[in-house]
Amino acid sequence: MSGDHTADGRHPNPAHTAPPPRALPGSGEARRHILVVLVLDKPGVLNRVASLMRARNFNIDSLAVSRTDRDHISRMTLTLHGDDVAVEQAAKQLYRLVDVLKVQDVTADQLVEHELAFVKVRATDANRAEVIKIVELYKGRIVDIAPESVVVEATGTEAEIDALVALLRGYGIKEMVRTGAIVILRGAGSIEEALKL
Amino acid sequence: MFGRSRDRPDGGLTRMTMTKGEPAASPPGRRSHVPADGTPGAAAVEQARKDMLHEVRPRKRTRIGADALMEALMRQGTDVLFSYPGGVILPIYDILADYPEVRHILVRHEQGGGHAADGYARASGRVGVCMGTSGPGATNLVTAIGTALLDSVPMVAITGNVPTALIGKDAFQEIDITGITLPMTKHNYLVRSADDIPRVVAEAFHLARSGRPGPVHIDITKDALQQETRAEHPSLDDVIAGLPGFRPTIEGHPKQLKIAAREIAQARRPLILAGHGILIAEAWDELRAFAEKTQIPVAWTLLGIGAIDEEHPLAYGYMGMHGWKHVNRAIQSADLLIAIGMRFDDRVTGNVRTYAPYARIIHADIDPAEIGKNVAVEVPIVGDAKHVLAGLTRLVPQVEPAFRAEYLEELAAWRRESEGASWHGSGAWRGGLLSADFVVERIGELTDHVATYVADVGQNQMWLARYTKFRRPHSHISSGGLGTMGFAVPAAMGAALGNPGAETWAVTGDGGFQMTSQELMTLAADRIPVKIALLDNKKLGMIRQWQEIVYAGNYHSSHLPGPDFVKLAEAYGIPAFKATTTEDVDRTIKAAQAVDGPALIWFEIAEEQNVFPMMPAGKGLSDLIETWGAPEE
Repeated sequence: MSGDHTADGRHPNPAHTAPPPRALPGSGEARRHILVVLVLDKPGVLNRVASLMRARNFNIDSLAVSRTDRDHISRMTLTLHGDDVAVEQAAKQLYRLVDVLKVQDVTADQLVEHELAFVKVRATDANRAEVIKIVELYKGRIVDIAPESVVVEATGTEAEIDALVALLRGYGIKEMVRTGAIVILRGAGSIEEALKL
Repeated sequence: MFGRSRDRPDGGLTRMTMTKGEPAASPPGRRSHVPADGTPGAAAVEQARKDMLHEVRPRKRTRIGADALMEALMRQGTDVLFSYPGGVILPIYDILADYPEVRHILVRHEQGGGHAADGYARASGRVGVCMGTSGPGATNLVTAIGTALLDSVPMVAITGNVPTALIGKDAFQEIDITGITLPMTKHNYLVRSADDIPRVVAEAFHLARSGRPGPVHIDITKDALQQETRAEHPSLDDVIAGLPGFRPTIEGHPKQLKIAAREIAQARRPLILAGHGILIAEAWDELRAFAEKTQIPVAWTLLGIGAIDEEHPLAYGYMGMHGWKHVNRAIQSADLLIAIGMRFDDRVTGNVRTYAPYARIIHADIDPAEIGKNVAVEVPIVGDAKHVLAGLTRLVPQVEPAFRAEYLEELAAWRRESEGASWHGSGAWRGGLLSADFVVERIGELTDHVATYVADVGQNQMWLARYTKFRRPHSHISSGGLGTMGFAVPAAMGAALGNPGAETWAVTGDGGFQMTSQELMTLAADRIPVKIALLDNKKLGMIRQWQEIVYAGNYHSSHLPGPDFVKLAEAYGIPAFKATTTEDVDRTIKAAQAVDGPALIWFEIAEEQNVFPMMPAGKGLSDLIETWGAPEE
């Protein structure tokens, strides 16, 4: 620090001759966060959320959107990587959107978390049984069989599906689609019921 | 006045009888556009309003979307509309003469209209309204909307759009303007039905002015403007109920206030950082009361200028990149910063890692997203500046001046040193050339420091902020966040209408002036009494300064030839004066003040004068450059 207060020795606490640099918000360790966002079901609301995340330099890993059982309210489940402060900032920015009713970071909560995947895997008479065996072990199921391929349907956490996909990759994945995570709190607690409308 | 509409059921014939006799509101003239309460003019306006709304109009022709729009604007208190016509908003222009209470200012470019609405809002504290047509009319408003967003200015921008059936067909003058304004407004709307207009306008004004203010954009299709509608205007309660996602926190949390009060009581070197939020919340009395009770000096951001009278003993100065050295020094040695309604912009903090290294920070802002965004803080308080300051003042113990004598004396010594070291005041710079800081100081002095001063962007903006001395809230208007060149003249135009009681000065450089000088014609045509101080160094001065100091004197494109500005102003019918020496300064300022209407002074100032001190980008507040080259800087 080349501060004038060090030059003339005038700082409130002489013990702090070389104060540590001030922490930059968002510079901590990044980890995966899950945000549940309740929004008014209005035209363009998905665009507003996506545009904000882009403009504020947050990278969305996955985003799942659906209606709720309440009129005019939709629910987004959004996963992203960032340090706790950065994700808190993302949540606060989301709150600035007029159509956003509630943002809750549920990363630390007790959750049921699943996503759905379809994986089209190369499978012939020679190895189809092997593929089916793997799929069954992962509690997936075969939803379509063709001479050269099978379609695997799997649900599970992101990590579980990643593991299945890694195994299937050895047989050749022709194409794959995943919904991204949706989550719900375990127990009686409800994010929707906590809404004050 | 306007062409008859052929597609209206009555063929437009009956309308002409509606404004028979003397129009209730006087035509644009020299007088203020707002008659004072209790005067015959005000009574006439009120009568006209009643006639228009309840008697004449419903009998004479049907009520269309454009009527709903104008009624809604009037219900929100709009008395000036800065606008430029175009194809799809002609339905509004077709009925505009029926609403003489709303003064229409025909600007010469939509950007000018946008900045004028911005200046109107900042000078008056009310919502400014601008309007443009679809396509280019709408995109021309974008810079002004962005300017209002970054400075939290309450503004409603209205655009027309092509008929609903043509949306998405790349119709003539169609552009996805709501897609463009989405990330740069507080909220925006695309209205496709006349029935939605009353609700949307009411929501837009509520959003624009409540919580942290900002611009709201309403895009209305042409068919919605033309449809007949019976939709009623909602009450404010209905509006609030219809916006469940918008519930700004006004009161600071009592627990946080208590924690903050404890921090304040323990601090030995506290400093208040006053931001724009104090002006927006009209919390200047609360700020002064808090500062006086705690005997804590007040520093201010660019947009916080005017939050405290600069003559007040606890008013310490302007902070940041071109702020006073003593102020930045006080920040760097403070043990507590009490930041109210400001957002730790990079022009305020410099390098965050070395910012205020000894300070704990209390940060109060109405927008929770501002807290912890740029700087980690110890005590966050979400709330409106007025309530937070009043709450803190109640909780903190009274401090006797003697308690802070040593601290305040040290700050005073730093101030004497910093002001003494700043080359300033004699008026003449190198070679006897006119110095800009002298000019803005004289403008401040000759207007008793209570005019409305509107800055452009660049060196002129920093000189104005440093040397004019501001003694009244809302007397300083500046594009701080977006830094929009070309802001001063059109914003001053709006400011003069927003606060007609105050003399209005636009202080601009020659670069910014040339970006929006077409509004000279608006000033002349509508006789809006803006005095323009054009500080002409024939340079993009701040660019030149950076090129000199940061880019080793590589002066590419910063030399900026201009026209004969006296001739230019006179071509518009605006009296103009030229000042080239220190002796000319007071004489020309007084001459401009004596003009009844707009006037321009062309100050030919030194070409190479820099603004010091200066904090180079990426450096910290302790790394100010105070001189460069010759010592007289």
